[in-house]
Amino acid sequence: MVAKFDLTDDSVVVIIGTGAGGGVLANELAQKGVKVVALEAGGRYLPEDYLNDEWDSFSQLAWLDTRTTSGTWRVAKDFAGLPAWIVKAVGGTTTHWAGASIRFQEHEWKALTTYGKVEGASLLDWPIDAAEMAPWYDKAEEKLGVTRTGNRPGLPGNNNYKVFEKGALALGYKEVSTGRMAIQSSNETGSRIACQQTGFCFQGCKWGAKWSAAYTDIPEGEATGNLEVRERSHVARILHNDAGKVTGVEYFDKDGNLQFQAARIVCVAGNTFESPRLLLNSASSMFPNGLANSSDQVGRNYMRHTTGSVYGIFDKPVRMWRGTTMAGIVQDEARHDPSRGFVGGYELETLALGLPFMAAFLNPGAWGRGFTTALDHYENMAGMWIVGEDMPQSTNRVTLSDATDQYGLKVANVHFDDHPNDIAMRNHAYKQGMAIYDAVGATRSFPTPPYPSTHNLGTNRMSERPEDGVCNKWGQTHDIANLFISDGSQFTTGAAENPTLTIVALAIRQADHIAREMSAGNI
Amino acid sequence: MTQQLKEPALKSRGMTRRQLLSRSVAVGASFVVGAGFVASGNAAWAMETTAIKPESMATLIQMARDIYPHDQVGDEFYATAVKGYDSAENAEQVEAGITELNAAAAAAGHADYLSIGWEEDRVAVLKAIEGTPFFQTVRAGLVTGLYNQKALWPIFGYEGESFSLGGYIERGFDDINWL
Ligand SMILES: Cc1cc2nc3c(=O)[nH]c(=O)nc-3n(C[C@H](O)[C@H](O)[C@H](O)COP(=O)(O)OP(=O)(O)OC[C@H]3O[C@@H](n4cnc5c(N)ncnc54)[C@H](O)[C@@H]3O)c2cc1C
Ligand code: SF4
Repeated sequence: MVAKFDLTDDSVVVIIGTGAGGGVLANELAQKGVKVVALEAGGRYLPEDYLNDEWDSFSQLAWLDTRTTSGTWRVAKDFAGLPAWIVKAVGGTTTHWAGASIRFQEHEWKALTTYGKVEGASLLDWPIDAAEMAPWYDKAEEKLGVTRTGNRPGLPGNNNYKVFEKGALALGYKEVSTGRMAIQSSNETGSRIACQQTGFCFQGCKWGAKWSAAYTDIPEGEATGNLEVRERSHVARILHNDAGKVTGVEYFDKDGNLQFQAARIVCVAGNTFESPRLLLNSASSMFPNGLANSSDQVGRNYMRHTTGSVYGIFDKPVRMWRGTTMAGIVQDEARHDPSRGFVGGYELETLALGLPFMAAFLNPGAWGRGFTTALDHYENMAGMWIVGEDMPQSTNRVTLSDATDQYGLKVANVHFDDHPNDIAMRNHAYKQGMAIYDAVGATRSFPTPPYPSTHNLGTNRMSERPEDGVCNKWGQTHDIANLFISDGSQFTTGAAENPTLTIVALAIRQADHIAREMSAGNI
Repeated sequence: MTQQLKEPALKSRGMTRRQLLSRSVAVGASFVVGAGFVASGNAAWAMETTAIKPESMATLIQMARDIYPHDQVGDEFYATAVKGYDSAENAEQVEAGITELNAAAAAAGHADYLSIGWEEDRVAVLKAIEGTPFFQTVRAGLVTGLYNQKALWPIFGYEGESFSLGGYIERGFDDINWL
């Protein structure tokens, strides 16, 4: 039975956004008997609705509301209105994600201590560590059904992986596998159907083999009778009382009418651009710089991973698009080893795009035969993606733009400049990636610039001291006890790891904390 | 979409290939134009134009090929990709852009863009106008206008939708045999 709560019911927890952070938090709280209203700007799409077509799927699911960009990153030039490739739908970007699910390495929780001070970077240690997170990672891996954890076997390697693996082993890399993926690898070890190797992981898995909050956590939460998800409900502002406690949120409902939903607690999980935008747009006479922003850290330290791709062309077919989009990883370079000329490390992961996206992302803006002769050999191409730790910088930030959206609300401007460490790491990764393909006889290989960001982190970061960040180790904002950050924006640093497993582990842990504090009467 | 450019388009004008060719003149090496239409030199396909001049459409098609040249891809795909510019709404800007392009060709010593025989020489003219909004609009539009045509995908080996066929689990996701 799906719950229905009153707009004036001030006993509910309101969650803004239903992606990796918000969707999981909503279910976990509902399972514990906490009443939850989850407000989601996007609509509801399920496996039967997903489209095996890159552009059609993009129009169906992607966040296309206005955003603006600035800074020297190439995305600001090539995709000025699209700084990120993320989703606006129930389940958030877990509909698009590829499923790569890896834990932070122990030292990555302690970036400042491990790397030391890096000029121009605003590095910090997380207020939590590997030992604290281990049990929550266990729960997250169980929830997502991550391969190569528990009793779950790895996925079989597809053509793209086989090329990648052969080259990596030839270079002497040791940690090479089809990775830990939130994709069902066997019908015996979980409730989801095993992967059918359709190859449209980014467009929503039509078999439901890949974990997505849209068809797992959300319906599970709804089945408890404690969770109401209101889709096509765009939160405009968080309100507070004279005591400085938040009291609820104003949102535009599916008909465009402004509503007020009362709340005992508000959890912000709109992804790394929308969460700080919302806090900034909620400025009041009591909080003139925006909510939870006494530190002036809201919106700062935006991280997107040091990405980039490498493609290799061979004299024979690869057909990289067949099968799982990202089931392949080399982890040897993920270590911290400053002798390479940078701090932190990077993962190399297989990646395949269809022909339409390859044309759009291979070398945006390029034309002529240099470009087209590469595409001519699309069938003989193999691809990989770089995921490296980028440096937090306080000037890389989300601010309010002068532009407004369809509701008249100021939109997010995203400013980003690469740090020299990011550039050194990317160049190293490009070289290693090309060497992998060269080792298998590539006739041509090339580095491809970063796409609009898929990993967006850090703009409401966790910190031990209130002056260094926005929230504490529970995601609770330093300034307002009943306001929480529940998505990737709470990341203190980005590590070299795909972020979602960590977002999910933090959400499970936060649900536990919130439920405990509620019953203790502390919030 | 591409199919529409072939026989049906001719038939709708009630013309046979021979009639069409007899009512047209060659522009450049690849195209013929007549009153309100542009066609391939052998009349394998033809396309009506309503808002812009047929010569301008022929120029756009050539320009599209020169921006994203794939020798194995027929002109009809490029024609489909730029077809949308033939509208009352776009006509003025498109004609102005073509005038600009022909002026750049003239500055390089050619009669006009379509009369240039070598791709290399046409590319040099395109380079000269690369920074203009006209060039950038046409180029950016081609990224989806050309490469998102499903009929074009098989030419590149891309197989498209696979769910309805059961994915690739039984259809070669790991069939690479040359490693
Ligand atoms: C193509 C692609 C592939 C990826 N692959 C991987 C991978 O393999 N491994 C991995 O770890 N990560 C991957 N990611 C990243 C992963 O999807 C994100 O890190 C994760 O989903 C972020 O979770 P989140 O909760 O922060 O935000 P999201 O999941 O983006 O959820 C935010 C939700 O909030 C909603 N929202 C925003 N503002 C408002 C508002 N004002 N009112 C109401 N609702 C609002 C949005 O509509 C959205 O649904 C991938 C991402 C993409 C795009
Ligand atoms: S390859 Fe597997 S996980 Fe990816 S969309 Fe297809 S069935 Fe789902």
